[in-house]
Amino acid sequence: MNPKYLTVTALTRYIKRKFELDDHLSTVWLKAEISNFKHHSRGHMYFTLKDDNARILAVMFAGYNRFLKFKPEDGMDVIVKGQVNVYEPQGQYQLYVHEMIPDGVGALHLAFEQLKNKLEKEGLFDQQNKKNIPTIPRHLGIITSETGAAIRDILTTIRRRFPLVKVTLFPALVQGDGAKYDLVKKLEQANDDQTIDTLILARGGGSIEELWPFNEEMVARAVAASHIPIISGIGHETDFTIVDFIADLRAATPTGAAELAVPSKKDIANQIESNRRTLHRGIKAVINRNEAKLNKIQSSYAFKYPKQLLSQKEQELDRLIESIHRNMKSNLTKQQFHYHQLMSRLHSKHPTQQIKLNQQKAGYLTNALENNFKSHFRNKVVQFEKQLDKLKVLSPLETMKRGYGIGYSSSGSLIKSVKQVAPGEQVTFKLQDGYLDCQIWGIEEDQNE
Amino acid sequence: MSDEKRSFEDVMGELDNIVKKLEEADIPLEEAIDYYQKGVKLSKWCDDKLAEVEKQVAHIVDENGETKTMAFEESKDE
Repeated sequence: MNPKYLTVTALTRYIKRKFELDDHLSTVWLKAEISNFKHHSRGHMYFTLKDDNARILAVMFAGYNRFLKFKPEDGMDVIVKGQVNVYEPQGQYQLYVHEMIPDGVGALHLAFEQLKNKLEKEGLFDQQNKKNIPTIPRHLGIITSETGAAIRDILTTIRRRFPLVKVTLFPALVQGDGAKYDLVKKLEQANDDQTIDTLILARGGGSIEELWPFNEEMVARAVAASHIPIISGIGHETDFTIVDFIADLRAATPTGAAELAVPSKKDIANQIESNRRTLHRGIKAVINRNEAKLNKIQSSYAFKYPKQLLSQKEQELDRLIESIHRNMKSNLTKQQFHYHQLMSRLHSKHPTQQIKLNQQKAGYLTNALENNFKSHFRNKVVQFEKQLDKLKVLSPLETMKRGYGIGYSSSGSLIKSVKQVAPGEQVTFKLQDGYLDCQIWGIEEDQNE
Repeated sequence: MSDEKRSFEDVMGELDNIVKKLEEADIPLEEAIDYYQKGVKLSKWCDDKLAEVEKQVAHIVDENGETKTMAFEESKDE
């Protein structure tokens, strides 16, 4: 037979490994009584935890026990949280304690821690889920006891800092069994008022039992569900409740909550004053800017030397008038020249010459006419005289001198034939030296003719 | 002013905006004057609001949702 040997060390390590692999043993909550308590000079605490039937060795190292708010002692009932493991040199299993709280209160702490872990895992503490608190609230809701220091502190603080805000108190039970229901109810009631923009959930200082309603899950969930941002101010500086973790803003005390809820009147006044100063500065800058612009415009040439501008215009006008005159004159001269030309042409064509010429002509013609007429007349006279001589020769009067007469009928016509007269007719006979009035007595006509 | 019912935060915000606008370069004069006047008015409104020493009243909502009022207690050390 070949027996197999283990070393003690190997065995112990094997056992230790078994302890370490067990989840149940890695985090253990234990309720027990302390005995054999020793606080080593180097800071570590060694003790035994026991109940009526069993005991376990325990160690709480200095790194953990310096956070303890109480001094453990023998016979004390405590609740501890730790890890079970093996101390190899002694072959002992023991509890390595990380946290320790006195029992009684301890039970509450346990519940607190457990709820805290649970809600934290759900993300209820996450910073990104926190609502913003209005800088200047209009309507502040307060959920706290109607009596007591908390509401007085809050109202005093608000009055001192910022009395402008409307305040509505939702009186609530803040301790005792019914408190959690009342707190939830008031949270819901406050949320029904649409005008409330900030909520304070407050309670004065007290023991952990007194503050307990603020560690209740239903209250915690009601706070988380609130659509109004919530500022918590519960207990004293050292007290932390579940509600504090969930609230959108945590103040250490009710007074602190009021301070966080409303701005300081003085700060606001300062801000207004600063804004006012900026306004003055701003408008002054704008005015200065515009003034500078105006000055620049006013100092421009046109504004500064308006006369120059005018005289310039006048000069221009003079120049134009002159130019008009000049043009007029030149135009006139041109026209005059033209006129003169026409006049001289007209003069050169004047009819006087022609008249003279024609008068001369007329003169010649008149003379010629007269001469011609005279010569013609003389000719005619000569002719006439010739004719007259001829006539003299041919005149019946000459013949009558020789005894011939001429008879005229009563009608004056020359009687050449006996047929021209009838018996009884008065006739006239002209002779050389006068007339004979005769009457026809008879007519004898020649037959042989 | 007609904005008696406006929230203080609102008015402060507007005042802030006006101050910013007035600080902008090249703002026309008329506009600047408007802003200035509005700004002074608003800051006066804020001042007045702050100066109002009203008797502070807290409203208390009872179990039935009914509201009654409660005057602030003067703190003795004030």
